[in-house]
Amino acid sequence: MARPVNEINAGSMADIAFLLLIFFLVTTTMDVDSGIVRRLPPPPDPTVKPADIKERNVLNVLVSSRDALMVNRVPSDISTLRRTVKEFIQNRSNRSDWPEQRVEEIEGLGNVPVSRGIVSLKNDRGTSYDMYIQVQNELAAAFAEMRNELSMEKFGIRYNQLTNADWINAINKAIPVAISEAEPEDVGGK
Amino acid sequence: MSRFRKKGGKKLTAISTASLPDVIFMLLFFFMVTTVMRETTLIVKVKVPNATEVQKLERKSLVSYIYIGTPLRSQIYGTESRIQLNDRFATVSDIQNFIIAEREARDEADRGFLTTSLKVDEQVRMGIVTDVKQELRQIGAFRINYSARKRVEQ
Repeated sequence: MARPVNEINAGSMADIAFLLLIFFLVTTTMDVDSGIVRRLPPPPDPTVKPADIKERNVLNVLVSSRDALMVNRVPSDISTLRRTVKEFIQNRSNRSDWPEQRVEEIEGLGNVPVSRGIVSLKNDRGTSYDMYIQVQNELAAAFAEMRNELSMEKFGIRYNQLTNADWINAINKAIPVAISEAEPEDVGGK
Repeated sequence: MSRFRKKGGKKLTAISTASLPDVIFMLLFFFMVTTVMRETTLIVKVKVPNATEVQKLERKSLVSYIYIGTPLRSQIYGTESRIQLNDRFATVSDIQNFIIAEREARDEADRGFLTTSLKVDEQVRMGIVTDVKQELRQIGAFRINYSARKRVEQ
């Protein structure tokens, strides 16, 4: 005599799945890695003399071992660094001790002044990493703001919302991120 | 007529839970796929600084990590900042070999895109970081990323 086939009770399957689910929930780390992206320069070649850069084009930013800031030999503060860098690089007032501007024709932008300015960052071995990152951040922010302003003026949208690769390239060419890190030097001891 | 007559005494049937496992499995698979297991155990304290101008790190498989901070078990290893590579303490001279090993582990075509993420504690002094950077320059690992948390600008 044929017995009716019993349905397998699938209720406990859910429990097993829940157990696994909770395991993965606990082990999952959803944090996205983020940070300030930089490109290191290649090691200095002893046979090649470093290119001469006019003094007026360089903004010297020095961070001491006590986390104090010097901008072009003047004691300064991190809160004003961004504005200082922007004013220096753009040199709207055409000061003779601030960087030269060379008008270049860039595709998509027309004739725009391209600053020859460079920010030279130098830190001590005793500088705290936090301070160093804050300075790097302010420098990055200064260049990002300048790019934003140019992008708003020419294209009407913010730089970080540009999708057209040609436009992005044009802006990058008009405002290159000119941050140079000086060769390390032990100034203030540990 | 009896056509619209209600059947009397209808019993309440239990809701079938057979599809519950399916739903749970779906969630399970979602988490299984998105999970990235932490492959290294931190033995140094790393609290990365805050910054506003952070960018997301793309292609995580092409990132190698260097941790710098004070040892977690400071009563054994002291309070001097140390470098951690993989699961061990390392010295500045180990960096080059570490980068070479990381390159070997990747596809030939991807080696040029290898990024080094520096996860450095905010208390660390720049001396050790500068040494690490010099080593990276020597070996030609130019793409670096100073790991930082996103801070919202006031």
